[in-house]
Amino acid sequence: MPEPVIEIENLNFSYPDGREVLKNIHLTVYRGETLAVIGPNGAGKSTLLLHLNGILHKNGSIKILGETIGDHNLHRIRARVGLVFQNPDDQLFCPLVYDDVAFGPLNLGYSPSTIREKVEKALAEVGMSGFEQRAPHHLSLGEKKRIAIAAVLSMDPEILAFDEPTSNLDPRARWLLINLLKRLPATKIIATHDLDMVRLLCERTAVLDKGQILADGPTDSILNNLELLRTAGLAP
Amino acid sequence: MGACWGVAVEKDSIYLPCEKHSTEKDLDPRIKLLSVLSVIILIVIIPPGKWLAYVPFLAIVLALILFHRLPLKKVLLRSISIIPFVLVITIFLPFFKGGPAIFSGQLWIFRINISQDGIVAMLSILIKAWLCMLSLIWLTTTTTITSLLEALRRLHFPAVMVMILSFMYRFIFVIIEETRRMKHARDCRLCGKDRLIQFRSLGNLIGTLFIRSYERSERVYAAMLARGFDGTPRTVNTLRLRKSDFVFVASLGSVLIFVLVMNYRLFI
Repeated sequence: MPEPVIEIENLNFSYPDGREVLKNIHLTVYRGETLAVIGPNGAGKSTLLLHLNGILHKNGSIKILGETIGDHNLHRIRARVGLVFQNPDDQLFCPLVYDDVAFGPLNLGYSPSTIREKVEKALAEVGMSGFEQRAPHHLSLGEKKRIAIAAVLSMDPEILAFDEPTSNLDPRARWLLINLLKRLPATKIIATHDLDMVRLLCERTAVLDKGQILADGPTDSILNNLELLRTAGLAP
Repeated sequence: MGACWGVAVEKDSIYLPCEKHSTEKDLDPRIKLLSVLSVIILIVIIPPGKWLAYVPFLAIVLALILFHRLPLKKVLLRSISIIPFVLVITIFLPFFKGGPAIFSGQLWIFRINISQDGIVAMLSILIKAWLCMLSLIWLTTTTTITSLLEALRRLHFPAVMVMILSFMYRFIFVIIEETRRMKHARDCRLCGKDRLIQFRSLGNLIGTLFIRSYERSERVYAAMLARGFDGTPRTVNTLRLRKSDFVFVASLGSVLIFVLVMNYRLFI
Protein backbone atom coordinates (compact mmCIF):
# COMPACT_ATOMS: atom_id res chain seq x y z
CA MET A 1 0.00 0.00 0.00
CA PRO A 2 1.58 3.31 -1.01
CA GLU A 3 1.81 6.16 1.47
CA PRO A 4 -1.16 8.56 1.47
CA VAL A 5 -0.03 12.18 0.98
CA ILE A 6 -3.41 13.91 1.00
CA GLU A 7 -6.27 12.76 3.19
CA ILE A 8 -9.45 14.79 2.96
CA GLU A 9 -12.21 13.85 5.31
CA ASN A 10 -15.69 15.26 5.59
CA LEU A 11 -14.89 18.54 3.84
CA ASN A 12 -17.79 20.98 3.54
CA PHE A 13 -17.66 24.51 2.22
CA SER A 14 -20.33 27.09 1.54
CA TYR A 15 -20.22 30.70 0.45
CA PRO A 16 -21.16 33.37 2.99
CA ASP A 17 -24.63 33.54 1.38
CA GLY A 18 -25.19 29.90 2.30
CA ARG A 19 -24.75 28.36 -1.17
CA GLU A 20 -23.00 25.02 -0.76
CA VAL A 21 -19.91 24.50 -2.91
CA LEU A 22 -18.43 21.33 -1.42
CA LYS A 23 -20.49 18.69 0.33
CA ASN A 24 -19.01 15.95 2.45
CA ILE A 25 -15.88 15.33 0.38
CA HIS A 26 -13.74 12.30 1.18
CA LEU A 27 -10.62 11.87 -0.92
CA THR A 28 -7.24 10.23 -0.45
CA VAL A 29 -4.29 10.75 -2.78
CA TYR A 30 -1.24 8.48 -2.65
CA ARG A 31 2.38 9.33 -3.26
CA GLY A 32 3.48 9.47 -6.89
CA GLU A 33 -0.06 9.35 -8.17
CA THR A 34 -1.57 11.62 -10.81
CA LEU A 35 -5.19 12.23 -9.96
CA ALA A 36 -7.63 14.02 -12.22
CA VAL A 37 -10.55 15.86 -10.69
CA ILE A 38 -13.04 16.34 -13.50
CA GLY A 39 -16.32 18.12 -13.39
CA PRO A 40 -18.33 20.82 -15.16
CA ASN A 41 -17.85 24.55 -14.58
CA GLY A 42 -18.90 25.51 -11.09
CA ALA A 43 -18.60 21.97 -9.70
CA GLY A 44 -16.27 23.18 -6.95
CA LYS A 45 -12.95 22.03 -8.42
CA SER A 46 -11.12 25.31 -7.77
CA THR A 47 -12.54 25.56 -4.26
CA LEU A 48 -11.34 22.05 -3.54
CA LEU A 49 -7.83 22.94 -4.72
CA LEU A 50 -7.77 26.05 -2.55
CA HIS A 51 -8.23 23.77 0.45
CA LEU A 52 -5.16 21.71 -0.37
CA ASN A 53 -2.69 24.24 0.99
CA GLY A 54 -4.86 25.98 3.45
CA ILE A 55 -5.89 29.09 1.53
CA LEU A 56 -9.31 28.02 2.71
CA HIS A 57 -9.38 25.91 5.82
CA LYS A 58 -11.33 25.20 9.00
CA ASN A 59 -14.03 23.44 6.98
CA GLY A 60 -13.14 19.83 7.64
CA SER A 61 -10.10 17.73 8.25
CA ILE A 62 -7.35 17.72 5.64
CA LYS A 63 -4.10 15.92 6.27
CA ILE A 64 -1.08 16.69 4.12
CA LEU A 65 1.76 14.18 4.50
CA GLY A 66 0.27 13.11 7.80
CA GLU A 67 -0.12 16.64 9.19
CA THR A 68 -3.56 18.13 9.75
CA ILE A 69 -3.72 21.63 8.26
CA GLY A 70 -4.08 24.28 10.93
CA ASP A 71 -2.97 27.83 11.57
CA HIS A 72 0.31 26.69 13.11
CA ASN A 73 1.66 24.77 10.11
CA LEU A 74 0.35 26.75 7.11
CA HIS A 75 3.83 27.91 6.24
CA ARG A 76 5.17 24.37 6.07
CA ILE A 77 2.16 23.04 4.17
CA ARG A 78 2.40 25.75 1.54
CA ALA A 79 6.00 24.88 0.83
CA ARG A 80 4.96 21.27 0.24
CA VAL A 81 1.83 21.79 -1.82
CA GLY A 82 2.31 23.92 -4.93
CA LEU A 83 -0.87 25.45 -6.33
CA VAL A 84 -0.90 26.56 -9.97
CA PHE A 85 -3.81 28.88 -10.62
CA GLN A 86 -5.93 28.82 -13.74
CA ASN A 87 -5.16 32.37 -14.86
CA PRO A 88 -1.44 33.17 -14.81
CA ASP A 89 -2.33 36.86 -14.66
CA ASP A 90 -3.57 36.15 -11.16
CA GLN A 91 -0.53 34.21 -10.15
CA LEU A 92 2.26 36.28 -11.69
CA PHE A 93 2.22 39.65 -10.03
CA CYS A 94 5.79 40.91 -10.34
CA PRO A 95 7.08 43.20 -13.07
CA LEU A 96 9.80 40.65 -13.91
CA VAL A 97 9.65 36.90 -14.47
CA TYR A 98 12.69 36.42 -12.24
CA ASP A 99 11.07 38.10 -9.24
CA ASP A 100 7.96 35.99 -9.63
CA VAL A 101 9.83 32.69 -9.71
CA ALA A 102 11.98 33.87 -6.80
CA PHE A 103 8.96 34.89 -4.73
CA GLY A 104 8.29 31.44 -3.24
CA PRO A 105 11.93 30.65 -2.33
CA LEU A 106 12.27 34.15 -0.82
CA ASN A 107 9.33 33.47 1.45
CA LEU A 108 10.95 30.20 2.46
CA GLY A 109 13.95 32.21 3.60
CA TYR A 110 16.59 30.69 1.31
CA SER A 111 19.95 32.38 0.79
CA PRO A 112 20.45 34.54 -2.33
CA SER A 113 22.66 31.97 -4.05
CA THR A 114 20.20 29.14 -3.37
CA ILE A 115 17.39 31.31 -4.69
CA ARG A 116 19.26 32.00 -7.91
CA GLU A 117 19.91 28.29 -8.28
CA LYS A 118 16.28 27.34 -7.66
CA VAL A 119 15.01 29.95 -10.11
CA GLU A 120 17.36 28.77 -12.83
CA LYS A 121 16.47 25.14 -12.23
CA ALA A 122 12.71 25.80 -12.21
CA LEU A 123 12.86 27.85 -15.41
CA ALA A 124 14.95 25.17 -17.10
CA GLU A 125 12.43 22.52 -16.04
CA VAL A 126 9.59 24.30 -17.82
CA GLY A 127 11.77 25.17 -20.81
CA MET A 128 11.79 28.91 -20.16
CA SER A 129 15.46 29.57 -19.39
CA GLY A 130 16.55 33.01 -20.49
CA PHE A 131 13.19 34.64 -19.71
CA GLU A 132 14.34 35.94 -16.31
CA GLN A 133 14.44 39.60 -17.26
CA ARG A 134 11.23 39.59 -19.32
CA ALA A 135 8.00 41.23 -18.23
CA PRO A 136 5.01 38.87 -17.85
CA HIS A 137 2.75 41.21 -19.81
CA HIS A 138 4.92 40.72 -22.88
CA LEU A 139 4.56 36.91 -22.85
CA SER A 140 2.00 34.68 -24.53
CA LEU A 141 -0.55 32.79 -22.45
CA GLY A 142 1.28 29.48 -22.91
CA GLU A 143 4.53 31.07 -21.78
CA LYS A 144 2.83 32.68 -18.81
CA LYS A 145 1.32 29.33 -17.80
CA ARG A 146 4.74 27.71 -17.87
CA ILE A 147 6.23 30.57 -15.83
CA ALA A 148 3.40 30.12 -13.33
CA ILE A 149 4.38 26.45 -13.02
CA ALA A 150 8.05 27.42 -12.60
CA ALA A 151 7.02 29.87 -9.87
CA VAL A 152 5.66 26.90 -7.94
CA LEU A 153 8.39 24.40 -8.85
CA SER A 154 11.03 26.75 -7.43
CA MET A 155 9.69 25.87 -3.98
CA ASP A 156 10.36 22.13 -4.52
CA PRO A 157 6.85 21.02 -3.58
CA GLU A 158 6.07 17.35 -3.11
CA ILE A 159 2.51 17.79 -4.27
CA LEU A 160 1.41 19.86 -7.26
CA ALA A 161 -2.17 20.98 -7.84
CA PHE A 162 -3.18 22.44 -11.19
CA ASP A 163 -6.37 24.32 -11.89
CA GLU A 164 -7.38 23.94 -15.56
CA PRO A 165 -3.79 23.84 -16.86
CA THR A 166 -4.77 23.59 -20.53
CA SER A 167 -7.67 26.05 -20.66
CA ASN A 168 -7.51 28.67 -23.42
CA LEU A 169 -4.29 27.29 -24.93
CA ASP A 170 -3.77 26.72 -28.63
CA PRO A 171 -3.02 23.11 -29.63
CA ARG A 172 0.75 23.50 -29.70
CA ALA A 173 0.94 25.26 -26.33
CA ARG A 174 -1.46 22.66 -24.96
CA TRP A 175 0.77 19.78 -26.09
CA LEU A 176 3.85 21.46 -24.70
CA LEU A 177 2.10 21.81 -21.39
CA ILE A 178 0.81 18.22 -21.31
CA ASN A 179 4.32 16.94 -22.00
CA LEU A 180 5.68 19.21 -19.29
CA LEU A 181 3.16 17.90 -16.75
CA LYS A 182 4.04 14.35 -17.73
CA ARG A 183 7.72 14.98 -16.93
CA LEU A 184 7.14 16.40 -13.45
CA PRO A 185 7.87 13.75 -10.82
CA ALA A 186 5.73 15.13 -7.96
CA THR A 187 2.34 13.81 -6.89
CA LYS A 188 -0.15 15.67 -9.07
CA ILE A 189 -3.77 16.68 -8.80
CA ILE A 190 -5.21 18.14 -11.97
CA ALA A 191 -8.61 19.84 -11.96
CA THR A 192 -9.86 20.00 -15.51
CA HIS A 193 -12.48 19.08 -18.05
CA ASP A 194 -9.92 18.38 -20.76
CA LEU A 195 -10.69 14.64 -20.92
CA ASP A 196 -8.03 13.88 -23.55
CA MET A 197 -5.38 15.16 -21.20
CA VAL A 198 -6.85 13.12 -18.36
CA ARG A 199 -6.55 9.97 -20.49
CA LEU A 200 -2.90 10.76 -21.21
CA LEU A 201 -1.73 11.82 -17.78
CA CYS A 202 -3.83 10.41 -15.01
CA GLU A 203 -4.17 6.85 -13.84
CA ARG A 204 -6.96 7.76 -11.43
CA THR A 205 -9.94 10.08 -11.84
CA ALA A 206 -12.50 11.55 -9.49
CA VAL A 207 -15.71 13.06 -10.82
CA LEU A 208 -16.94 16.15 -9.00
CA ASP A 209 -20.40 17.52 -9.65
CA LYS A 210 -22.41 20.04 -7.62
CA GLY A 211 -19.88 19.82 -4.83
CA GLN A 212 -20.03 16.06 -4.44
CA ILE A 213 -17.74 13.30 -5.57
CA LEU A 214 -19.85 11.10 -7.85
CA ALA A 215 -17.17 8.54 -8.62
CA ASP A 216 -13.53 7.82 -7.95
CA GLY A 217 -11.56 5.10 -9.69
CA PRO A 218 -9.23 4.13 -12.53
CA THR A 219 -9.36 6.64 -15.39
CA ASP A 220 -10.29 4.06 -18.03
CA SER A 221 -13.33 2.76 -16.26
CA ILE A 222 -14.55 6.28 -15.45
CA LEU A 223 -14.05 7.77 -18.88
CA ASN A 224 -15.71 4.77 -20.51
CA ASN A 225 -18.76 5.13 -18.29
CA LEU A 226 -20.79 7.38 -20.62
CA GLU A 227 -23.80 7.31 -18.33
CA LEU A 228 -21.72 8.79 -15.49
CA LEU A 229 -20.10 11.43 -17.69
CA ARG A 230 -23.52 12.46 -18.97
CA THR A 231 -24.85 12.86 -15.43
CA ALA A 232 -21.89 15.08 -14.58
CA GLY A 233 -22.34 17.18 -17.72
CA LEU A 234 -19.07 16.00 -19.22
CA ALA A 235 -20.52 14.21 -22.23
CA PRO A 236 -23.30 15.32 -24.58
CA MET B 1 -4.01 37.81 -22.58
CA GLY B 2 -1.77 39.02 -25.40
CA ALA B 3 -3.73 39.85 -28.49
CA CYS B 4 -7.41 39.47 -27.91
CA TRP B 5 -9.71 40.10 -30.84
CA GLY B 6 -6.68 41.20 -32.76
CA VAL B 7 -6.05 44.16 -30.50
CA ALA B 8 -2.94 44.13 -28.36
CA VAL B 9 -1.76 46.64 -25.86
CA GLU B 10 1.07 48.38 -27.63
CA LYS B 11 4.14 47.10 -26.00
CA ASP B 12 5.61 50.24 -24.54
CA SER B 13 2.78 52.60 -25.18
CA ILE B 14 3.37 54.55 -21.99
CA TYR B 15 7.04 55.13 -22.61
CA LEU B 16 9.24 56.85 -25.05
CA PRO B 17 10.90 54.27 -27.27
CA CYS B 18 14.21 55.04 -25.61
CA GLU B 19 13.32 52.94 -22.58
CA LYS B 20 15.61 50.37 -24.16
CA HIS B 21 18.59 52.63 -23.50
CA SER B 22 18.76 51.27 -20.01
CA THR B 23 21.37 48.56 -20.04
CA GLU B 24 23.40 46.74 -17.50
CA LYS B 25 26.32 49.00 -18.22
CA ASP B 26 24.28 52.00 -17.21
CA LEU B 27 24.47 53.87 -13.93
CA ASP B 28 23.00 52.46 -10.74
CA PRO B 29 19.33 53.50 -10.49
CA ARG B 30 19.84 54.66 -6.90
CA ILE B 31 22.48 57.10 -8.08
CA LYS B 32 20.20 58.39 -10.80
CA LEU B 33 17.28 58.79 -8.44
CA LEU B 34 19.32 60.69 -5.86
CA SER B 35 20.96 62.85 -8.56
CA VAL B 36 17.60 63.86 -9.98
CA LEU B 37 16.30 64.51 -6.49
CA SER B 38 19.21 66.82 -5.63
CA VAL B 39 18.99 68.64 -8.96
CA ILE B 40 15.27 69.18 -8.38
CA ILE B 41 15.82 70.47 -4.85
CA LEU B 42 18.49 72.90 -6.06
CA ILE B 43 16.19 74.13 -8.82
CA VAL B 44 13.25 74.58 -6.47
CA ILE B 45 15.17 76.69 -3.94
CA ILE B 46 16.18 79.35 -6.49
CA PRO B 47 14.39 82.56 -5.39
CA PRO B 48 11.86 84.00 -7.87
CA GLY B 49 13.12 86.49 -10.43
CA LYS B 50 16.72 85.26 -10.62
CA TRP B 51 16.42 84.16 -14.23
CA LEU B 52 20.09 83.57 -14.96
CA ALA B 53 20.41 81.09 -12.10
CA TYR B 54 18.34 78.59 -14.09
CA VAL B 55 20.75 78.51 -17.01
CA PRO B 56 23.39 76.24 -15.43
CA PHE B 57 20.70 73.75 -14.41
CA LEU B 58 19.24 73.72 -17.89
CA ALA B 59 22.75 73.01 -19.13
CA ILE B 60 23.22 70.16 -16.63
CA VAL B 61 19.92 68.50 -17.49
CA LEU B 62 20.51 68.87 -21.22
CA ALA B 63 23.98 67.43 -20.78
CA LEU B 64 22.51 64.39 -19.02
CA ILE B 65 19.94 63.96 -21.79
CA LEU B 66 22.59 64.20 -24.48
CA PHE B 67 24.92 61.96 -22.51
CA HIS B 68 22.35 59.16 -22.78
CA ARG B 69 21.70 60.04 -26.43
CA LEU B 70 18.00 60.56 -25.92
CA PRO B 71 16.12 62.06 -28.89
CA LEU B 72 16.19 65.72 -27.86
CA LYS B 73 13.17 66.78 -29.87
CA LYS B 74 10.95 64.06 -28.41
CA VAL B 75 12.13 64.77 -24.89
CA LEU B 76 11.44 68.51 -25.27
CA LEU B 77 7.99 67.85 -26.72
CA ARG B 78 7.15 65.53 -23.89
CA SER B 79 8.45 67.93 -21.25
CA ILE B 80 6.05 70.61 -22.44
CA SER B 81 3.15 68.44 -21.32
CA ILE B 82 3.65 69.69 -17.76
CA ILE B 83 2.98 73.34 -18.75
CA PRO B 84 -0.87 73.18 -18.92
CA PHE B 85 -1.09 71.60 -15.48
CA VAL B 86 1.15 74.22 -13.90
CA LEU B 87 -0.62 76.97 -15.80
CA VAL B 88 -3.96 75.97 -14.31
CA ILE B 89 -2.48 76.41 -10.84
CA THR B 90 -0.45 79.57 -11.46
CA ILE B 91 -2.66 81.52 -13.87
CA PHE B 92 -4.34 83.37 -11.02
CA LEU B 93 -1.12 84.45 -9.33
CA PRO B 94 -0.71 87.73 -11.26
CA PHE B 95 -4.24 88.75 -10.29
CA PHE B 96 -4.14 87.97 -6.60
CA LYS B 97 -0.61 88.65 -5.54
CA GLY B 98 -0.01 92.00 -3.88
CA GLY B 99 2.74 94.46 -4.66
CA PRO B 100 3.14 97.08 -7.37
CA ALA B 101 0.72 96.69 -10.26
CA ILE B 102 1.95 96.94 -13.82
CA PHE B 103 -1.59 97.18 -15.08
CA SER B 104 -4.84 98.02 -13.48
CA GLY B 105 -8.17 98.63 -15.06
CA GLN B 106 -11.88 98.23 -14.86
CA LEU B 107 -13.56 95.24 -16.44
CA TRP B 108 -17.32 95.69 -16.16
CA ILE B 109 -17.83 95.71 -12.37
CA PHE B 110 -14.50 94.11 -11.54
CA ARG B 111 -11.32 95.96 -10.82
CA ILE B 112 -8.34 94.15 -12.24
CA ASN B 113 -4.79 94.46 -10.97
CA ILE B 114 -1.94 92.59 -12.57
CA SER B 115 0.92 92.55 -10.13
CA GLN B 116 4.51 92.41 -11.20
CA ASP B 117 5.45 90.04 -8.37
CA GLY B 118 2.65 87.76 -9.45
CA ILE B 119 3.96 87.51 -12.99
CA VAL B 120 7.47 86.87 -11.75
CA ALA B 121 6.21 84.14 -9.43
CA MET B 122 4.17 82.55 -12.19
CA LEU B 123 7.06 82.48 -14.63
CA SER B 124 9.44 81.15 -11.97
CA ILE B 125 7.12 78.29 -11.13
CA LEU B 126 6.65 77.50 -14.81
CA ILE B 127 10.38 77.37 -15.42
CA LYS B 128 11.01 75.30 -12.31
CA ALA B 129 8.29 72.81 -13.19
CA TRP B 130 9.58 72.50 -16.71
CA LEU B 131 13.18 71.93 -15.62
CA CYS B 132 12.11 69.36 -13.03
CA MET B 133 10.01 67.61 -15.65
CA LEU B 134 12.97 67.55 -18.00
CA SER B 135 15.19 65.91 -15.40
CA LEU B 136 12.46 63.42 -14.49
CA ILE B 137 12.09 62.48 -18.14
CA TRP B 138 15.80 61.81 -18.19
CA LEU B 139 15.37 59.52 -15.18
CA THR B 140 12.33 57.62 -16.39
CA THR B 141 13.45 57.09 -19.97
CA THR B 142 16.89 55.80 -19.07
CA THR B 143 15.76 53.58 -16.18
CA THR B 144 13.35 50.66 -16.32
CA ILE B 145 10.48 50.69 -13.87
CA THR B 146 11.78 47.53 -12.26
CA SER B 147 15.17 48.98 -11.48
CA LEU B 148 13.56 52.20 -10.24
CA LEU B 149 11.44 50.14 -7.85
CA GLU B 150 14.51 48.24 -6.76
CA ALA B 151 16.28 51.55 -6.16
CA LEU B 152 13.39 52.82 -4.02
CA ARG B 153 13.47 49.60 -2.04
CA ARG B 154 17.19 49.80 -1.44
CA LEU B 155 16.87 53.44 -0.39
CA HIS B 156 14.49 52.25 2.36
CA PHE B 157 11.34 53.64 0.83
CA PRO B 158 8.49 51.81 2.70
CA ALA B 159 8.30 48.27 1.30
CA VAL B 160 4.52 48.25 1.13
CA MET B 161 4.52 51.38 -1.03
CA VAL B 162 7.06 49.88 -3.39
CA MET B 163 4.93 46.77 -3.61
CA ILE B 164 1.84 48.80 -4.45
CA LEU B 165 3.78 50.63 -7.18
CA SER B 166 5.00 47.34 -8.58
CA PHE B 167 1.46 45.91 -8.60
CA MET B 168 0.31 49.01 -10.39
CA TYR B 169 2.89 48.55 -13.09
CA ARG B 170 2.20 44.84 -13.46
CA PHE B 171 -1.58 45.06 -13.61
CA ILE B 172 -2.09 48.28 -15.52
CA PHE B 173 -1.55 46.27 -18.71
CA VAL B 174 -3.96 43.54 -17.64
CA ILE B 175 -6.60 46.12 -16.78
CA ILE B 176 -6.09 48.12 -19.98
CA GLU B 177 -6.53 44.89 -21.93
CA GLU B 178 -9.65 44.02 -19.95
CA THR B 179 -11.10 47.47 -20.56
CA ARG B 180 -10.46 47.16 -24.26
CA ARG B 181 -12.19 43.81 -24.46
CA MET B 182 -15.20 45.13 -22.57
CA LYS B 183 -15.31 48.23 -24.73
CA HIS B 184 -15.21 46.17 -27.91
CA ALA B 185 -17.97 43.93 -26.65
CA ARG B 186 -20.04 46.98 -25.78
CA ASP B 187 -19.41 48.70 -29.09
CA CYS B 188 -20.43 45.57 -30.95
CA ARG B 189 -23.84 45.65 -29.30
CA LEU B 190 -24.20 49.42 -29.27
CA CYS B 191 -24.60 49.55 -33.05
CA GLY B 192 -23.76 53.26 -33.15
CA LYS B 193 -26.62 54.30 -30.85
CA ASP B 194 -26.70 57.81 -29.48
CA ARG B 195 -24.27 59.40 -27.06
CA LEU B 196 -26.52 59.20 -24.02
CA ILE B 197 -26.67 55.41 -24.09
CA GLN B 198 -22.94 55.36 -24.68
CA PHE B 199 -22.32 57.39 -21.56
CA ARG B 200 -24.74 55.36 -19.51
CA SER B 201 -23.05 52.13 -20.54
CA LEU B 202 -19.70 53.72 -19.71
CA GLY B 203 -20.85 53.89 -16.11
CA ASN B 204 -21.66 50.18 -16.15
CA LEU B 205 -18.33 49.46 -17.73
CA ILE B 206 -16.41 51.32 -15.05
CA GLY B 207 -18.41 49.63 -12.30
CA THR B 208 -17.81 46.19 -13.76
CA LEU B 209 -14.14 46.95 -14.21
CA PHE B 210 -13.89 47.96 -10.58
CA ILE B 211 -15.56 44.78 -9.34
CA ARG B 212 -13.44 42.61 -11.62
CA SER B 213 -10.27 44.28 -10.43
CA TYR B 214 -11.35 43.78 -6.85
CA GLU B 215 -12.01 40.10 -7.44
CA ARG B 216 -8.72 39.75 -9.25
CA SER B 217 -6.95 41.25 -6.27
CA GLU B 218 -8.45 38.51 -4.10
CA ARG B 219 -7.20 35.82 -6.47
CA VAL B 220 -3.77 37.40 -6.66
CA TYR B 221 -3.61 37.49 -2.89
CA ALA B 222 -4.62 33.82 -2.70
CA ALA B 223 -1.86 33.00 -5.17
CA MET B 224 0.62 34.91 -3.03
CA LEU B 225 -0.50 33.04 0.08
CA ALA B 226 -0.15 29.77 -1.81
CA ARG B 227 3.53 30.55 -2.28
CA GLY B 228 4.16 31.18 1.38
CA PHE B 229 3.57 34.94 1.58
CA ASP B 230 3.15 35.96 5.21
CA GLY B 231 2.81 39.73 4.93
CA THR B 232 6.50 40.60 4.75
CA PRO B 233 7.57 41.73 1.29
CA ARG B 234 10.91 40.11 0.50
CA THR B 235 13.07 40.74 -2.53
CA VAL B 236 16.41 39.77 -3.97
CA ASN B 237 19.03 42.48 -3.90
CA THR B 238 20.65 42.81 -7.29
CA LEU B 239 22.11 46.31 -7.28
CA ARG B 240 25.86 46.84 -6.98
CA LEU B 241 27.67 50.17 -7.06
CA ARG B 242 30.46 50.26 -9.66
CA LYS B 243 33.36 52.52 -10.35
CA SER B 244 31.43 54.43 -13.00
CA ASP B 245 28.78 55.25 -10.40
CA PHE B 246 31.34 56.85 -8.12
CA VAL B 247 32.84 58.78 -11.02
CA PHE B 248 29.37 60.03 -11.93
CA VAL B 249 28.53 61.04 -8.36
CA ALA B 250 31.86 62.82 -7.97
CA SER B 251 31.55 64.77 -11.20
CA LEU B 252 27.87 65.67 -10.87
CA GLY B 253 28.39 66.54 -7.21
CA SER B 254 31.26 68.90 -7.92
CA VAL B 255 29.40 70.51 -10.82
CA LEU B 256 26.36 71.06 -8.60
CA ILE B 257 28.43 72.59 -5.79
CA PHE B 258 30.23 74.83 -8.27
CA VAL B 259 26.95 75.96 -9.79
CA LEU B 260 25.46 76.59 -6.38
CA VAL B 261 28.37 78.76 -5.27
CA MET B 262 28.59 80.68 -8.54
CA ASN B 263 24.85 81.23 -8.59
CA TYR B 264 24.88 82.80 -5.14
CA ARG B 265 27.94 84.95 -6.01
CA LEU B 266 26.69 86.19 -9.36
CA PHE B 267 22.97 86.06 -9.75
CA ILE B 268 21.24 85.82 -6.43
